[in-house]
Amino acid sequence: MKGLSRDRLWSIAVLLPSILLLAVFVYGFIARTVYVSLTDWGNDPAQALALDPIIRWVGLANYQELFTGFLQGRFRQELVNTIFFTLFFILGCLGLGLGLALVLDRNPRGEGLWRTIFLFPMSLSFIVTGTIWRWMLQPQGGVNQFPNAVGLPAGQFSWLSSTDAVWKFDWNALPLITASVVGLVLILLAVRAARAGDRTRAIVSGLCAALLLGWALFIGPNVRLLPAPELHGFNLALIGIIIAAVWQMSGYTMALYLAGLRGIPEELREAAKVDGASDFGMYRHVIFPLLAPITLSAMIILGHISLKIFDLVYAMTGPDNTYTSVPALNMYLTSFRQNQFALGAAIGTILLILVAFVIVPYLTSSFRGEEGHA
Amino acid sequence: MTTTVPTTTASPAPASRRFGLSRAGLYALLVVAALFFLLPIYLLIATALKSPDAINLATTWQWPRALNWASFAEAWAKIGGNVGNSLFLAIVATLISAMMGSLNGYALSKWKFRGANILFALMLFGMFIPYQAVLIPLFQFVRSIGWESFVIPGFNITVPEFTLYGSIWALILAHVVYGLPITTLIFRNYYAEVPDALVEAATIDGAGFWSIYRQVIFPLSVPGFVVVIIWQFTQVWNEFLFAATLTNTSSQPVTYALSQLAGGQAVSWNLPMAGAILAALPTLLVYILLGRYFVRGLLAGSVKG
Repeated sequence: MKGLSRDRLWSIAVLLPSILLLAVFVYGFIARTVYVSLTDWGNDPAQALALDPIIRWVGLANYQELFTGFLQGRFRQELVNTIFFTLFFILGCLGLGLGLALVLDRNPRGEGLWRTIFLFPMSLSFIVTGTIWRWMLQPQGGVNQFPNAVGLPAGQFSWLSSTDAVWKFDWNALPLITASVVGLVLILLAVRAARAGDRTRAIVSGLCAALLLGWALFIGPNVRLLPAPELHGFNLALIGIIIAAVWQMSGYTMALYLAGLRGIPEELREAAKVDGASDFGMYRHVIFPLLAPITLSAMIILGHISLKIFDLVYAMTGPDNTYTSVPALNMYLTSFRQNQFALGAAIGTILLILVAFVIVPYLTSSFRGEEGHA
Repeated sequence: MTTTVPTTTASPAPASRRFGLSRAGLYALLVVAALFFLLPIYLLIATALKSPDAINLATTWQWPRALNWASFAEAWAKIGGNVGNSLFLAIVATLISAMMGSLNGYALSKWKFRGANILFALMLFGMFIPYQAVLIPLFQFVRSIGWESFVIPGFNITVPEFTLYGSIWALILAHVVYGLPITTLIFRNYYAEVPDALVEAATIDGAGFWSIYRQVIFPLSVPGFVVVIIWQFTQVWNEFLFAATLTNTSSQPVTYALSQLAGGQAVSWNLPMAGAILAALPTLLVYILLGRYFVRGLLAGSVKG
């Protein structure tokens, strides 16, 4: 298609507005947010909303404040909340979604109706879901009355107002824990690489692991982020929010898995049966491996949703419950209620980094693969 | 979008499909799962239909003795205007971003140029970012746009005063821009399935960029538009963060109004429940009536599936 330069110009002209808009509104604004996060805009309330505020460059001070500052314990708990929330939310959605898809894959009567029932929460907003589940999880009503149905006394769990936490750890131990976990993962990688005969890879991962674990052993225990121990853990009030989130999103994984299951040719299942595989064996060795890429996509999509989640928490426990809060909510409050723009921008940047860790490898691999096909 | 979408007509079950689990157990599982999904909805409707003095934690699960439809009237009085805002916002933002997405998808899939895929990946990133990472500059930008009323010299036309901040157009702008990646994605993948031979034949006939779009691509696009419109409408309707930061009381969409209605501690619960039903109804209806396309948009969102 040479010599079609006018049409080619048109195709670029058509794309140009979108490219410019996204360049400014995504990349330009991200750059601006990062810049704001390196200033002190809003730390002095008088300057926050001034028409021509005096803004000073403070480097990484806002980040330092968030991770080690006396006043920002809330943010650290939120980070921990996000990690636990993401973990259980993904596990819940994958488990329930896969279960539902496997059941539906056996072609029960009225399959369309069942699927509609399992998927409809996807069409609701998190605010609606949160409003409904807040009522479901009232201490003396809703879910806590379920045991009454079989004659047992009502449940006593204070779902959303609980202040109990489990699996507490000292924030000071965070570098130590991180180094140890990453080190162990690297050892695992090294062992796998060694088994696969990839020597360079095994040596590099092994060395990195040794370095990290050595640091954790000799220097890590003496690192102090905070002057005093600060305990953070999994707040039990999050359980209710996780249930509501799974209620809303597990239909999505069900749809993904169902599409995957329907894509597996019947011959493959038959062949496995002819080879004498039991039902369990067929799932274990034939079907689940084929679903692995879907699991990965689902984990990435759900993971980035859960890192960004904000409206569900807002609707279920309000903006001021520090036990259930998440960084995304804190960013909104810090920036738009307290007008501490620089600190809010720092939280926004941290969120972006977390999401980018999940999304960038995914996009890169998606498009590298596609480039190969083209 | 190479995913096979589960169709509503189930493929006929092979007669020999008998696994360890009995049919009865299968249906028992389905019923338990359906209860998990539907009990909150039962409670939602039952509570919305109760009068405030009949709402009592001990009798939460009982169906109301007397139906109180007044909750809906009361909720409508509080958030009806916001439903209108949401409707206007969702329709305008959806149509603009669908149209732009269609043209982008056409240019990216049928007029591939060097670097088109990298460009597209860079565009897609905008779909995944946490909007918290652009919110402060967006807020500043929106606040900075506006003008006093003025007269265009020579034409004698008065341009009325305008401030973007707090107007519904701020939300429309945000939703169009941040909606572009997904609409482009869906259309690009949709057009990838249109055979290149069709486009080539049209070029041989002397058709250019626009006439190919008008005569070949656009007429084939109806299912693509349905998917994009449904998906985008649902997203815009349900969005909360922009709704909470870029609006004022006159332009707030329904999600924000509902959060305010439900947030107060003193409110009797029938009111937020009725409000939740009103806020959920449009997207729920779209889902129930056009579920198949909804699922397609859902699966398209996972980039490759």
